[in-house]
Amino acid sequence: MSGDMRKSLLLHGGVLVALFTLQFVLPAYHHGNLARIMVLASYAAGFNLLFGYTGLLSLGHALFFAAGLYGMGLAMSQFGAGTGLALGVGVFLGALIGGLVAVLALRTEEVAFMIVTLMFAQAGYLTILYFGAYTRGDEGFVIAQADRVFLGRDLSNPQSRYFFAFAIFCVSFVMCLSVVKSRFGKVLVAIRENEERARMLGYDVAKYKFAAIVLSATLSALSGAAYGLLFGYVGASFASVQYSIFPLLWVLLGGAGTVLGPLVGTAFMFYLIDLSSGVTTAYMLIAGVVLVVLTLFAPQGLLGEMRRRFWKWLP
Amino acid sequence: MDFGPYLMLATLEGTVTAAVLALTASGLALVFGVMRVVNVAHGEFFMLGAVLAWWVTHIVGGSAAIGFVAALIVVPILVGVLAAVTDMTILKRIDYDPERTIVATIGILYILQQVTLMTYGPDARPVTPPFNTRIALPWFEFVNGEPGIYWPWGLSITSYKLAVIGAASVVLMGLWLLMTRSKLGLLMRATEQDRDMALAFGIPVERIYAVVFGLGAAMAALAAVLIVPIQQAHYLMGADPLLLSFIVVIIGGLGSLPGTVLAALLIGLSDGIISVFFSPTLAKILATLVVAMVLVFRPQGLFGAKRT
Repeated sequence: MSGDMRKSLLLHGGVLVALFTLQFVLPAYHHGNLARIMVLASYAAGFNLLFGYTGLLSLGHALFFAAGLYGMGLAMSQFGAGTGLALGVGVFLGALIGGLVAVLALRTEEVAFMIVTLMFAQAGYLTILYFGAYTRGDEGFVIAQADRVFLGRDLSNPQSRYFFAFAIFCVSFVMCLSVVKSRFGKVLVAIRENEERARMLGYDVAKYKFAAIVLSATLSALSGAAYGLLFGYVGASFASVQYSIFPLLWVLLGGAGTVLGPLVGTAFMFYLIDLSSGVTTAYMLIAGVVLVVLTLFAPQGLLGEMRRRFWKWLP
Repeated sequence: MDFGPYLMLATLEGTVTAAVLALTASGLALVFGVMRVVNVAHGEFFMLGAVLAWWVTHIVGGSAAIGFVAALIVVPILVGVLAAVTDMTILKRIDYDPERTIVATIGILYILQQVTLMTYGPDARPVTPPFNTRIALPWFEFVNGEPGIYWPWGLSITSYKLAVIGAASVVLMGLWLLMTRSKLGLLMRATEQDRDMALAFGIPVERIYAVVFGLGAAMAALAAVLIVPIQQAHYLMGADPLLLSFIVVIIGGLGSLPGTVLAALLIGLSDGIISVFFSPTLAKILATLVVAMVLVFRPQGLFGAKRT
């Protein structure tokens, strides 16, 4: 067990070190891409906590991502909040909405849970469009350069942007690792594997599921707020169904229920779409084909397959 | 126009929406009822129906009526066969697992939508209706205590819209007869009630599933062929029917056919009437939230009986 622990530490620590050093060697284009990937991977990691570890499939995570994004953006544009405060508002809003959705959606199960979360997210998206006077609807709004300074560093500068994205990724990565290793995480996995049995063993399943949703929503909101801050744009498209489907796609591709899976899946899909959008405008076709192929042949994803075949110790 | 004629116009337009919605949603309800899976790609089968209808009328050429009749016959069959093939190649292989089916049909959604974008293009294209006479409607009013008839300007409907309502009613009756009076309907209902028992009695459950999935998609395609002379064919047009069908199926009680038709009337009419008086976005927000709440607090739907 301790040998496995060391291997796991080595692998995950190695990934962080690699991500840190990559910024010095990557050309500008991929440098920017990787910053984007790290923030989106944090979003996927938040989704993975719920889907991969607790076994709850939400089709409305864009609601939480957008809560962070708009909480941050509106706090700045409407109330003139500073960067740190706005970031906090976004994360808090995400957690709050997460709690609200959890209370309602947890009354349902399985397919109904998926549809209810989808509908809440749709209502959220439409609400953003409805209040177009503040949110500027589909068009979105730009975050002023002056507002994008955090701890004395200008986040529109590629170097500090990469560093901030890396910091966000570290937070979510370490958080996921520690959750997975903790007693709390083990109960979540127990619920995923057999909810009845977990209940019989005396765990308050409803409470654990609630906590998992709120935690997942908070992480998603954090990455949403960071995304808006780093790339300076807040728009309704981030609240659309597509952004609820993306984390599912990334996590399924990388491997649901693995800590590294979200990063691998996000990076893989990002470059797949990046390359194919040079050839055709119908790049979402790739996403569709990947989803179907995954459900058919590799429901465990890339790292899930790795774990099944070689690395039994992968958390 | 006064309020009365205005309301009547909204009601008529709402009935057209409701008729098409009832067709689309009963396809979704059929698939959910018999197969117990949610087909997220249902809206794309609707879209495919509209796009293929444009394509068929374009190829046939000649008079608008001939092309339209050809589309009415060919398109649902094409879409139905495509859906049945999808069922046999993809859904059967994942064993109709409810959650994986949703993920797979999301994939199918994107594939259908994007392939249409690549072949048909991003334009919205119209189909000429086979007949389209404007019918002015009278309004009754008491003037100085005397009943009188007058013809308010703008209160009218086209003959084609009336035909849509009629056609939808006929098809729904046909579906109901198929389900309750035919051998195939009997097999479907047996599969719906108990899959394993049906299998034990020698019912080819997998073939029934393929037929049901194809039939469900064909219903959506048929609805789209009917609506396409009123609304143009576009590769993104599947989203709204999907959402509305979901709403209808949930309100009507998952998988119950009469409930679905009733709910379609309710939603179609209220959609027509509400969006005349309120902002359509607000109407959609409220409808979405109400439906989510129905699922949360009354999962068997408003008209559905509790399932075991």
